[in-house]
Amino acid sequence: MEPITQLHSTTVVMPSTNIDTDQIIPARFLTVTTKLGLGKSLFADWRYTSDGSPNPDFVLNQAAAAGSHILVAGHNFGCGSSREHAPWALVDYGFRAVISTAIADIFASNALKNGLLPIVVDPATHGWLLAHPGAAVTVDLAARRLELPNGTSVSFPIEAFARHCLLNGLDELGYLQSKLDAIAGYESARSV
Amino acid sequence: MTARTMFEKVWTAHEVVPETPDTPAVLYIDLHLIHEVTSPQAFAMLAARGLPVRRPDRTLATLDHSTPTSSEQIFGNVPIRVDAAARQVQMLEKNAIDFGVELFGMRDARRGIVHVISPELGCTQPGMTIVCGDSHTSTHGAFGALAFGIGSTEVGHVFATQCLLQRKPKTFAVNVEGSLAPGVTAKDLILAIIGKIGVSGGTGYVLEYRGAAIRALSMEERMTICNMSIEAGARAGMIAPDETTIAYLRERPRAPRGAAWDEAVARWRTLASDPGAEFDASVDIDASQLEPMITYGTNPGMVVAINAAIPVRADDPVDQKALAYMGFKGGERMLGKPVDVVFIGSCTNGRLEDLHAAARILRGRTVAKGVHLLIVPGSQQVKREAEAAGLADIFKAAGADWRESGCSMCLGMNGDTVAAGQYAVSTSNRNFEGRQGVGARTLLASPYTAAASAVFGRISDPRPLL
Repeated sequence: MEPITQLHSTTVVMPSTNIDTDQIIPARFLTVTTKLGLGKSLFADWRYTSDGSPNPDFVLNQAAAAGSHILVAGHNFGCGSSREHAPWALVDYGFRAVISTAIADIFASNALKNGLLPIVVDPATHGWLLAHPGAAVTVDLAARRLELPNGTSVSFPIEAFARHCLLNGLDELGYLQSKLDAIAGYESARSV
Repeated sequence: MTARTMFEKVWTAHEVVPETPDTPAVLYIDLHLIHEVTSPQAFAMLAARGLPVRRPDRTLATLDHSTPTSSEQIFGNVPIRVDAAARQVQMLEKNAIDFGVELFGMRDARRGIVHVISPELGCTQPGMTIVCGDSHTSTHGAFGALAFGIGSTEVGHVFATQCLLQRKPKTFAVNVEGSLAPGVTAKDLILAIIGKIGVSGGTGYVLEYRGAAIRALSMEERMTICNMSIEAGARAGMIAPDETTIAYLRERPRAPRGAAWDEAVARWRTLASDPGAEFDASVDIDASQLEPMITYGTNPGMVVAINAAIPVRADDPVDQKALAYMGFKGGERMLGKPVDVVFIGSCTNGRLEDLHAAARILRGRTVAKGVHLLIVPGSQQVKREAEAAGLADIFKAAGADWRESGCSMCLGMNGDTVAAGQYAVSTSNRNFEGRQGVGARTLLASPYTAAASAVFGRISDPRPLL
C-alpha cells in the first residue's frame, strides 16, 4: 500500500445522517469476486436514475465534485452491513477520506485497511464543513490535524497502529504474522 | 478480585498479546464462519501470498447470501438464475477444496444462513470468540460468546493467523426488567431498544442484555435480540449463559460430549458478569410497557408501537427524507396502511419458533388477495422441522410461498426482491432504502405482525388473532 502522510483536496458534502453501507453500495453489486471496479456502483441508487443515466441532482454528478478526494457526510456514516465493498467502492471512485461526527465501527475498521481515512470531528467543525461544500482542506495524518481554509486547525483521533501502518505503507497482516510464535504458544497452552 | 463483566472475561481469555497504546490486542478467534459473498477476496489474498488457512478445523463455510430459494435451482436441473451468484458459489466450492475448509454445499442438509446453522449444530458455544464477514455475527452473542462482524481484509487475517488486531471496546448494560405481554416478542423488544438508544447509540460498545425479561427468553428469542445489536451501532451483543443455554446445546451434533461436556458446562457457568461489575454505559427498559413495534422510516431506529402514529418532525430533514421515500407523512397512523409483500425469514426471525409464531396466525386463515407472502426458513434443518411439524402445510394452505433456506429477501441478492414503491412487512433486520430491492419500502416487525398483516393485506396488530 502507498504511504499516506498528507491529503489536500476540496470536499464533497452529503449531509444525510446514517448513510448506511447499503446506500454506499447496494447488495446487488456484491456478487463480485474481486475488489476492483466498484467505483462505478458507488451510491448507485442515488447516483443513477431508473434508466441508468446520471441523476443530475446527486452531488457526485455535479461539476463541483470532480477531483474531490474528501467526502464530508452526516452523523453515523457507514452504519449497517460489514461489507468491505463500501470502502473499496469509495476508494475506487477516488475518495481518500470521510469526515463526519461519527463513523460506524466496522466501516471505520475496513476503511483504515484500504487507505481511506475515517475522520471524526466535533459538531462545530462538521457544521462549518457542511456549510462550505467544496472547501479546500488539508488532512495531516502525521500530525493528526485537519486544517480548514478559514485558518482553523483541529485534531482528530485515529487508532495509533492503523496510523503507523498508513504513514509507512504497511499491511497489518505482516504485524500479525510476526506474532505467529505467540499465537502457537497460546494454542498449545489452551490446547486449542 | 475486581468484579468483571462477561465481556471482560471472554476478551481476556482470548488475548494472545494484550493491547498497548501503540498496538491493538492480538485476539484469538475460536470460530470463523464464512460465506460466498465476503470470502472470495480473502481467499485471493491467501493465494497471492502462498498462505494456507491456518486452522481449517476452526473454519466453517456455508452458502446463504446470494443463493436461490427455489427448489428447482437447488435440487433440480435449473441453473442458478443470477449468473454472478453462481460464480460466487462455484468460487467458494473451489476455495473450500483448495484450502481444506468444510463447506455445507448447495444440496447439503446442514446448509442455511450462517447465523442459524452454527447455533443449531452446536458450533456456537459460550465463552467463544466468533467472527464472520457479516455484521449479524452479533447473533451468536446470545450464547455468551463474543461475536462480531468483520470485513474481508480481516477475514484474510483470521484465515492466515486465526487472530485479529482489535482495540478493546467499551461495555453497555441494557437492563430489561418486567415481562413481555402476550403477542409482544423479542423482535418488538429489540426494536424498542434500538428506538430508545438510537442507531448509533451502541457505537464503540459491546452490549450486554440483562435482567428478568432477558433471562425469560428462549435461545431463539435471545438470538433475535443479539442479532440486531449492530442496528444500534454495537458490533456485538451478549447474554449470559444459563440453564436455558445449556439445555439448548446439550446433544447438539457439535457440542462437547461426556466428560468434555461436563467441563464445558462448568466453565460456562463462570462466564456471567460478576455482581457489581461496572459497565461504561447503561439503559433501563421496562418490558411490560412494550407493544408490538413496527418501523416507519429508513433505519431500524425509526420505530413506533403498532397502534401509534408516525412522529411529526417537520423540522428534521432526515426524517422528512425518510418519510418521502416511504410515502408516509408525520401524524399518520401505521395501522391499516396497505401491504404488497410480507417476508418471514432471515437470521433475525427465520428459526423454528418464528415459523411457529407465523403458523399460529396463519392456521385456518388465508393471505389477502394481491399480497405475496414469502416464507423462507433460516436453514434446511429449520425447513425439515417446520415440514415435520405441519407448519409448511399451514403456510401453503394459507397461500404463502414456502421456499428453501437462505438470506433471500432480507437483502435481495438472489433475485428475491420487492418491487419499487411496494410496501413489504418484513421480519428481517434492515429497512434501509433499497435494501429489499431498488425503491422497495420495508417495514420491520415481528413474525406475528408480519403474518397478521399478510392476512389482512394491511398493517395489523396481531394480538386480536392470537
